[in-house]
Amino acid sequence: MAIDTEKNSYTIIFAIVMVLVVGSILAGLASGLKPLVDANKRFEKQQNILYAMGINANEGTSDVAFISTDKVEEEFTNTITKQYVIEGSKIDSLNSEAYLIDIKKEETKAKDPNYTRKLPLFKGIKDGQPIYVIPIRGKGLWDAIWGFVAVDKAMVVQGVFFDHAGETPGLGAEIKQRYFMDDFAGEHIFGDADAFKGITVAKGNADPKNERKTDNAVDAIAGATITGDGVTAMIKKDLKMYVPYFKTLK
Amino acid sequence: MGLLSKKDSKLILDPLADDNPITIQVLGICSALAITAQLKPSIVMAISVVFVLSVGNVVISLMRNIIPSKIRIIVQLIVVATLVIIVDQVLKAFAYSLSKELSVFIGLIITNCIIMGRFEAFALANKPWQSFLDGIGNAAGYGLILVIVGFFRELLGSGTLFGFKVLGDSVEKTGLYAIGYENNGFMVLPPMALIVVGLIIWVQRSRNKELIED
Repeated sequence: MAIDTEKNSYTIIFAIVMVLVVGSILAGLASGLKPLVDANKRFEKQQNILYAMGINANEGTSDVAFISTDKVEEEFTNTITKQYVIEGSKIDSLNSEAYLIDIKKEETKAKDPNYTRKLPLFKGIKDGQPIYVIPIRGKGLWDAIWGFVAVDKAMVVQGVFFDHAGETPGLGAEIKQRYFMDDFAGEHIFGDADAFKGITVAKGNADPKNERKTDNAVDAIAGATITGDGVTAMIKKDLKMYVPYFKTLK
Repeated sequence: MGLLSKKDSKLILDPLADDNPITIQVLGICSALAITAQLKPSIVMAISVVFVLSVGNVVISLMRNIIPSKIRIIVQLIVVATLVIIVDQVLKAFAYSLSKELSVFIGLIITNCIIMGRFEAFALANKPWQSFLDGIGNAAGYGLILVIVGFFRELLGSGTLFGFKVLGDSVEKTGLYAIGYENNGFMVLPPMALIVVGLIIWVQRSRNKELIED
């Protein structure tokens, strides 16, 4: 069986057949594994939300440790008692999948002035106290950064979780380390006279133990100025949208 | 070895030491720097490359007589890319946190020079069985260095192995830390992988003088 592999027609047919075969193998694999991949993404979100609330597997000063994936679904349904979707003055409290709302898509849609952005909010109970978890999203130095901020009724931060798509390892990527995230607990978002101020990731804050809770600032990471500014900006911009709702809780 | 002929076992054993892809041929250095801060991702990366290279070598070898030579590099690329996507998808489905940790590096297996190098240099001219052995051997040689580097970097940089605190607790000052030992934070940064690889090359060449080029 001698095939002339040098012929142009043969080359083209070979390429077409190869692409068809490879394409169908990959398409089959991707759609076969999709349910598993989606479940993993859902668990990750649940882990992150619970982490911000302080429900995690951290031990002492260990690294960030989430609730294990086999327990997270149950823990999530037990802890998060209500999920709200705030649309302007309309509040939908019956949505049990609000945590799956894609913040990125909402951000894009909100560029249209006629669109009322859907704001998801999760209410959980921890130690008998209601805690609200707010998803946030912004820009770091290289790529997107996002996270969840857990606050109490007065919008005092109870805990945060940050993640990033591609910040510099050792510098910007440190925003997902505990020494940075733990600093936010207890920080106030309002300044004097109930004016919304957010939390600034500040250089020269010189408060490594974070003893001043009402200064609306935490210590920045050295060498990660732009990522830190991104964190400041996303907290300011995204938490502000929820302020009207929290005013009604008072 | 009774199972393999002398020539076949050479295919596996040579790349582990005297013809090692990283330390002798200096291929695949980039991923060796990037993912070896801890032992676990090093091992996963090694296993993934063993899979991609051995299967890829067999596929290329089976097709070696029908691949049009004009587009053979593209065909090789498609084979690697397909296998890498399979690895990526499987990791995403069954080891999500690990796939997050390895993130782009799984995709970067495609650009790992060892793989295209073996396809072009070996699989295109040899029978499937030999190509399979060659793939296992070269990937194992690559993986071996990865694991050695990962071992030292995690041990000296974080004081742990597979995340277990083998040297005691650095915060509560137990074990070695009680007598004043400190982790070398530099070890977790990529440049130290180069230095560790350099040390391996040094040890290897001083043991076997034939490897030294003028």
